Parts: sequence; C-alpha cells; structure tokens
Amino acid sequence: MAKIATREAYGQALAEFGEVYKDIVVLDADLSKSTRTEIFKKKFPERFFNIGIAEQDLMATAAGFATCGKIPFASTFAVFAAGRAYDQVRNSIGYPHLNVKIGASHAGVSIGEDGASHQMLEDIALMRVIPGMVVLSPADATSTYECVRLAIEHEGPVYIRLGRLGVEEIYKKGELKLTLGKGIVLQKGTDVGILATGLMVHEAIKAAKMLQDEGVSVYLVDMPCIKPIDVDLILDVAKETGCIVTAEEHNILGGFGSAVSEVLIQNYPVPVKMVGVNDEFGRSGKPEDVLKYYKLTAEEIVNKAKEVMKMKK
Amino acid sequence: MDKTKELELKKIATEIRKSIIIQTASAGSGHPGGSLSGVEILTYLYFVEMNIDPKNPKDPDRDRFVLSKGHASPLLYAVLAEKGFISKDELTGFRQIHSNLQGHPDMKKVPGVEMSTGSLGQGLSVANGMALAGKLDGKSYRVYVLLGDGEIQEGQIWEAAMTAAHYKLDNLTAFLDHNGLQIDGKITEVMSPEPVDEKFKAFGWHVIKIDGHDFNQIEKAVAEAKTIKGKPTIIIAETVKGKGVSFMENEAGWHGTAPNKEQAQKALEELQKQLESLEVQG
Repeated sequence: MAKIATREAYGQALAEFGEVYKDIVVLDADLSKSTRTEIFKKKFPERFFNIGIAEQDLMATAAGFATCGKIPFASTFAVFAAGRAYDQVRNSIGYPHLNVKIGASHAGVSIGEDGASHQMLEDIALMRVIPGMVVLSPADATSTYECVRLAIEHEGPVYIRLGRLGVEEIYKKGELKLTLGKGIVLQKGTDVGILATGLMVHEAIKAAKMLQDEGVSVYLVDMPCIKPIDVDLILDVAKETGCIVTAEEHNILGGFGSAVSEVLIQNYPVPVKMVGVNDEFGRSGKPEDVLKYYKLTAEEIVNKAKEVMKMKK
Repeated sequence: MDKTKELELKKIATEIRKSIIIQTASAGSGHPGGSLSGVEILTYLYFVEMNIDPKNPKDPDRDRFVLSKGHASPLLYAVLAEKGFISKDELTGFRQIHSNLQGHPDMKKVPGVEMSTGSLGQGLSVANGMALAGKLDGKSYRVYVLLGDGEIQEGQIWEAAMTAAHYKLDNLTAFLDHNGLQIDGKITEVMSPEPVDEKFKAFGWHVIKIDGHDFNQIEKAVAEAKTIKGKPTIIIAETVKGKGVSFMENEAGWHGTAPNKEQAQKALEELQKQLESLEVQG
C-alpha cells in the first residue's frame, strides 16, 4: 500500500468536494505544489486564487470571501498559517466567526530538512485558544477526507493540521465516518489509555502492539478532533484504565496533551504522561531522524505508558 | 452636485459630527479625531452612492463598505444610525458593557457592519475578498474601504494593494483618509508613507486626489472610479483630523481622547451653530 501524506489527501479532497460544493474557493500563498491545492487549481482554475507570498493578506482575503457566502480554504504551511498570520486568523476570521477553513500543511518536525523555521510545534496551542475555532488533526488520508467534509459541513472557522510525510492507511475510504467533537476508539483496554493525534497515531498503534506483546491491555484512541474535544471518551478511557499517555507532534505545552489534561483535571483526575516535543525548537534532518531525535516514537510511548501505570493509585 | 443636495449632505454631516462627539463623550473614550475627518466620505457613500437597505442588510447584491480604520467606529455608528440600521438611542451606549457598539466595530453585533475591524491593515484584504467574490459570482456590487494614512504603515496594506491590482479589482474603491496625523504625531515624522500617490500608482492603482471634505469632489472621484476598468482606484482624500470642532482640528492629541463634559458641550455648540448657518442657507 502506497503511503499518502495528509496534505496530498487534502488536495484530493478539495478537488472532490469542489464538484459538489460550488461555493468552495481555494486560496494559497505560493505553495500550491506543496500544500497540494494544485490538484483543485487544475480542476477549478476560476475558483483558485494565488495570493503570493503574503499569508496575512491570504487570511484576511479569505475572510472577505466568507462574508459573501463562499467557503474559502486558505492553505499554506502551518508555521505561516498559525504563526505569521496569527493576528489575521484571530481578528479577521476567529473574532467575526467567519466560515473560513485553514488548511495548514507541513505541521510538526516531520517536514524535516527545512528545520526549525519551517517546522510548526505551536499551532495546536495557538489555534485552540481562539474562541470558536475548530481544530482538526487527521492521521491518514481517509481521516483527512473526513476532516475536510466536517470542515465544509460546519459553519465557522476550522483549522486542519496536515503533514508532509507520507503515512500508511489506517482507515479505508468509505469505512470511516467522523463526527465533530468525537474521537475514534481503535481498541478498548484496561491497563493504560493511549490518546494520540495526527502523525503520532501511527506510533501509538505500534506502541499498543508492543505493550500487548508484554501483556498490557491498552485502550487506544485516535483523536482527529482536538477542539471541540471528546470529553466523554476521554473520561471513559480514564475510568477504564486509570492512567493516560498522550502523543502529539507538537510542543507538549499547550497542545493536545494539555487539552486532554484540562478535561481530566476538572472531571476525573488520573496521572498523565505526554509524548511530544519538550519545549524546544526543531532541527534539520531526515524526517525519520528528526522524529527519533525528539523521541516521537512508539518506543517512547511504551516508556511513558510503563511510567504512568506505576503512578496509578 | 446641485446646491440643495449639497446643503442637505452638509446638514447630515454636521449631525454625524454631533453624534461622534456625543458617543465619545458618553463613553469617556474613543477616537474623535479620525472619525471627524472621514465624515464627508461616509456621508456621501451612505446617503448618495451605495446601494444598501437597512431593511435588508444582508442583500447579496448590496454594495459593501469596510471600515479598515476600525477606531473610527463612532463615525460608522453615527452613519448607520442616521441611515436607520440601528437606533439612535443606542449611540450613547457606545463602548459600554451592555451595548453592542463595541470600541471597534463587530459585524456579529451591529447590522450594517460588513466586517469586524480594529487590528489595522486588514480591511483592504477583506475588501479584496469581497470584490473577488463579486466578480466570481458575476455580481455588479461595488466594494468601498476606508483606510487611514497612518494605517498604511502596516505591511499587509501593500500585500493587499498588490493583490487588488493583480486581480484587476475595478469593482473596488479605496479611500485614504489623509489627515496627516497618527497617535504619536505627524505621519511624516513617525514613519512617512509619502509619497502615497506614487506608491499606489506604482502598485498598479488608479489614483485620484481630492479635498475629502468637498462633496462635489467626492462625487466626481467616485464617478470616475466607476469608469476605470482593469484596475482598482484609490481616492486620496486630503482631510483635517478633528474637522468641524475648532479645538480638535489638526491636533494629534484628539486621535484617541474623548472630550470631557465641558469640551463636548463646547464642540456641540460649535456644531449647532454650523447647522443653524446651513439652515439659513437652505
């Protein structure tokens, strides 16, 4: 099975949904070959707008489109979408709650060789604190397709976090139906809960197998929807297992693990260990090497699972 | 423009100036200076030019106006109230906790506000998006945007200026409220954007320069903008910050300071005299 990057699936999904939803317009900031919005551009050139290397203009132009009933998908690298254009996303999209969808590719360190300036480890934190912003983080091609569908069906701003790296299929197209605010239970278990998002779902699946080989019963969940977050599912995992590991390709401060912890600490406190980047900037390297360097691996999830199980009361 | 029409607009403009003073004085905060400088521009757009209907504020065919310099909200609220989008009674609630009239305009709270603005430099991009959508849908509505001359120090303005020219947005007309002052002083001393006309020309815009307090010149410029094909137009309107209130005119200090009770009374008396002299003429 060929690996498909979620950014590729995003471009394909836009081209597919563009047939049905004539109000979709796609905007890019000179990265359409990389964000893969080029696929949409080829099919619907009149509905594609290249804004050039100007992400602030990109976001506010998308806002203008939204005021006229369009469903704009503003696409660029996550570091520019959530970082450089933060004020435009906050003030021109979030505050007026406009129907803009932000396709943010090349998130995390797995973009690889370009290094820290282009790796984005803060976007989940930045986007989830904008009131009303939906934050999605799909793990594979089918999940990405579903996230694009959810984004279109939801009236309001949506941030979709996408990766550059090719990833294996977890779900078959047509066999996954996502609901906004709901996680996906991959398997139930009783010893430890592993909640993962985006690229780290693949490592979490490997980690769960490794733990099971040692006789550990794992409750494994993919969380493509970071905001709104699946409170019921998080609490179910906590009650079933009594301890949780979160895994994300993001700074552990303010990201997915923090979001899960916020739910737990207010409702059903259990020990949590977080796998993520430990408040550092990234560095250049082959994607696989960078992921290993920052311990964004199945092995690390296993280590943290063993640690957190010892913390159970 | 015939004299009767001009006189009528001058009266509306003076009422709007009074409202700006009343709003900022009631709130004890706000931006009177740059609100007063843009009065004739908005009065012309809302009472002569734009196809808008307070009974149907979301009409897809309506003309759009974006107040990019969002701190001039008292001006926009005054115009919207005068036009019937909101009640005049609301105006004294400006900037207060139970009011919808936020310090900077919120499109979700106030009918007739086309875009929430306040963080400077973003309105032109938004107007571009509206103009692009209009072209895509084959609609004939026009998009207007009011920029501040200090605001154009924001880099995004020039990103948007490029976009508007690149996409040949001849359904877009920008006004530059060129009053020469910003919070810290003269724009040319803080960070000069001059020569603004040549800059916009170089960016591919059609440029018109006018006296921004002269209704006849505003009318001619707007009409000229509609004849220009294949490029956006900017109307550089020379204005006076604090216009109409003697002690506020050309004083940077009135950018973001509200008049106290006595000052407000003095300003309102002045404006009332202006109104009375217009009544005599009419």
